[in-house]
Amino acid sequence: MRRRVAVTINGTKYEHEVEPRLLLVQYIREQAGLTGTHVGCDTSNCGACTVEVNGHTVKACTMFAVQADGAEITTIEGLAEGSTLHPLQQAFWDEHGLQCGFCTPGMIMAARQLLERNPNPTEREIRLGLEGNLCRCTGYHNIVKAIQSAARVMATGAEVKAPASVS
Amino acid sequence: MAISQMVGASIKRREDPRLVTGSGRYVDDISQTAVVHMHVIRSTEAHARILSIETSRAKEADGVIAVLIGKELKGDFQAPLPVTTSFVPEKKVPNQYPIALDKVHYVGEPVAIVLASSRAAAEDAGERIDVRYESLPPVLDIEKAIEKDAPVLHDELGSNLSYDVKRSGGDIEAAFKEAEVKIHQRLIQQRLIPIAVETRGVLADYKPFENKLTVYSSTQIPHFVKIWLGVILGIAESNVRVVAPDVGGGFGSKIRVYPEEILTALASKRLGRPVKWIEDRNENVKATHHGRSQIWDVDIAAKRDGTVLGLRVTQWLDLGAYCSQFGTFQVLGLLVAQGPYKMKAFDGRAIGVFTNRTPTDAYRGAGRPEATFLIERVMDLVARETGRDQAEVRRKNFVPAQEQPFTSLLGLTYDSGDYRITLDKALQLAGYESLRRDQAEKRKQGKHLGIGLSTYLEICGAGPSAATTALVAGVGFWGMSVVTLHFTGKATVIVGSSPHGQGHETPFAQIVADVLGLPLEDIDVVHGDTAVGPMGMDTYGSRSASADGSAVHLSAVKVREKARKIAAHLLEAAEGDVVYEQGKAYVRGTPSKSVTIQEITGAAFQPHRLPPGMEGGLNETTFFDPSNFVWPFGAHIAVVEIDEETGATSVVRYVAVDDCGTRINPMVVDGQLHGGIAQGIGQALLEEAVYDEAGQLRSGSLVDYLVPTAADLPRFELEATVTPSPVNPLGVKGVGEAGTIASSAAVINAVVDALEPFGVKDISMPATPEKVWQLMHRNGGTGR
Repeated sequence: MRRRVAVTINGTKYEHEVEPRLLLVQYIREQAGLTGTHVGCDTSNCGACTVEVNGHTVKACTMFAVQADGAEITTIEGLAEGSTLHPLQQAFWDEHGLQCGFCTPGMIMAARQLLERNPNPTEREIRLGLEGNLCRCTGYHNIVKAIQSAARVMATGAEVKAPASVS
Repeated sequence: MAISQMVGASIKRREDPRLVTGSGRYVDDISQTAVVHMHVIRSTEAHARILSIETSRAKEADGVIAVLIGKELKGDFQAPLPVTTSFVPEKKVPNQYPIALDKVHYVGEPVAIVLASSRAAAEDAGERIDVRYESLPPVLDIEKAIEKDAPVLHDELGSNLSYDVKRSGGDIEAAFKEAEVKIHQRLIQQRLIPIAVETRGVLADYKPFENKLTVYSSTQIPHFVKIWLGVILGIAESNVRVVAPDVGGGFGSKIRVYPEEILTALASKRLGRPVKWIEDRNENVKATHHGRSQIWDVDIAAKRDGTVLGLRVTQWLDLGAYCSQFGTFQVLGLLVAQGPYKMKAFDGRAIGVFTNRTPTDAYRGAGRPEATFLIERVMDLVARETGRDQAEVRRKNFVPAQEQPFTSLLGLTYDSGDYRITLDKALQLAGYESLRRDQAEKRKQGKHLGIGLSTYLEICGAGPSAATTALVAGVGFWGMSVVTLHFTGKATVIVGSSPHGQGHETPFAQIVADVLGLPLEDIDVVHGDTAVGPMGMDTYGSRSASADGSAVHLSAVKVREKARKIAAHLLEAAEGDVVYEQGKAYVRGTPSKSVTIQEITGAAFQPHRLPPGMEGGLNETTFFDPSNFVWPFGAHIAVVEIDEETGATSVVRYVAVDDCGTRINPMVVDGQLHGGIAQGIGQALLEEAVYDEAGQLRSGSLVDYLVPTAADLPRFELEATVTPSPVNPLGVKGVGEAGTIASSAAVINAVVDALEPFGVKDISMPATPEKVWQLMHRNGGTGR
């Protein structure tokens, strides 16, 4: 008993017949082929699958694809503009806010909403705001630094340069 | 070694643009047409005989291609899963096959596999498999496991004892005779679950008419997996290719050849189709090995002035249900428990037993966190008993710098280090004296601040080949690299280690950039694919920089020397007069008469332009066998505050001074330390794998098993000292595990220090709010 789902992800329309039990994260990865959104647990603790649905940050494993019918979705693949990274992506790179990179897409998506709601957060507010996203590599130290740095850039509207070189 | 431009610079990581944009490629991201999905049915019993497995209803389910059980697969296994020496050649081990044959020994052990057109179909069909068990009493207590009437896991071994070995040096009787202070303490290393955020996953693709197998696996050890896939499945090693693509964390948990790697490949071989298995978290907590799970008993002989004379130590190790590949590696903890201290005698005993739980193996630090925890708790216990300051007791017992290289009581030779310097620097950075004043002040106000030290020394960087062959794996460990220059002067670097978050691509390029004077962007670093280069020894034990990084350096030097010879020929100069610098060779004193590396490379591929007798190409391979292990060290200081009402501990400051020798990329080094420290704090305060009396894992999800969140951790205040190692050309030591090795001891020492007014001398890990509260409110709330 498959159901039709139509969504817009990162500005592109997708339409598929899916099983009602299909999770949104599986839809994004397997049907839309956007594998930047990851799965790290079965219990909605790790946050690796965090995406934006109709303006709200959602763990894509807590939602069925059919519930997202008609939704506007943004995933990690939708943040950069051409070769220009989103300020959060740039800051995670600049501040060494990632190691294995598996939690990173979800972490950046969560941080994005955190800064939308609170553009100038304290360190404590950032740490509390990230409680739904687990990272096992970084000890969060440089993730917090990256978010602080991105907040500064986004607040001043400073132009973010494209990644021209690694130095 | 001269300080150069690139080595020592915090260059941003080249792997990051793909990872921050969601363009990384982890196993589950690899697309494959007509892939078959494997689902593993696992034992729900801790200890049981399999009476029957009824699969016919599952085979009839939609989308199912095959259902297979141990009895049907047994004939396909030409060998059991590998077990290495890992410091205990005298151990007894059972054969472990990738799937249970007639008995199950832990909850989570594979008993059947379902192969279907989708994961959902495979899981649905799995629910139609009926496994009948005859339950047997489970063995769950480390000490009771070897009592006479204990049920036996592996009948062929006769008991649950794998080994009971002594490792001693010095006259322990004399040390205790001389002792003015004797202390006994039991320390528990609770069982931990590694929790890499990416679970394991395997994609196997066997081509029947070529007898060729390609396996993508989320592993730390593609080269070992290649060997053992070949051995166990009877395929020539040259026909097996293993790729570790982007790997989402390991921490030791991806260091063994796993049952599912064999089962996925075997399924692909049987079906002649690609087969994929992706572990879910519910499986991961049971099927991926655990860490620690040890009991340490120590008797301390000391003098009133705080001098430690000797230690009598028994390390009880819970192997779990089988001996994993590096299952006895944790005995290394006993071998290095003397730490950075000089003493007269060390009398050690290690007892390894089987229990009905998930097998244990390496978890970040693998033996060294346990050793550091022991010796650093010993220093604090002696300080408390003798009424001395914790820093003073450490200073009194340190190996003096002038005695380096120092040989420990168990015969291990430290490479270099002045342990007082890192301690003094850390004390200064923390403002130790002012912290002590603050603590006294707070105590008057009824507040509980604790300061904990951990001055660790660790061993890493395997090789050297002879020692690692004898002690660890039956094969030598060494570093491997190939540096190849292409026609246009760009370089490809192949390394034998295979990162899972460490960021090898950047520091290894930095090493080559310095030697050859190439721009960083002209250097590509390739890893984790057994088809692209010679055998490598993979990644574990903080070995990549010292072993493979050194090999990279040496290959680049060989390339440079050949380039210099070619340049001399092109410049018609004597070889001795040609200087190579910044990507150019010139005649000494005449920099204008030069050739660039690009011109030299061009000539290298036109053999007629080369000196007579020289072969073409600029392509050098190195197998680097270091003369010793490397011994990083440092001093960590944790400052905690405890809330008397709730018993909750907050780490309010964390200061660390680490010496890992030359720091190739300080930003990456610090990142390794941050994550390592966080994992040790997790062990100290939060994490514990809890089993019930039936052998069921009660902390079997991230709801119940507490991995530290951002809100649980402080900012880290890091500084460094640099004592180059004399055993490799870069002077590097290792840093992948140092943070974890140091931090659990620092935090627990701080918690005990905070609880001193309550008469607390020890607390077991994790120091949960409940445990702390109980200690503060025992004896009718007096706290004493």
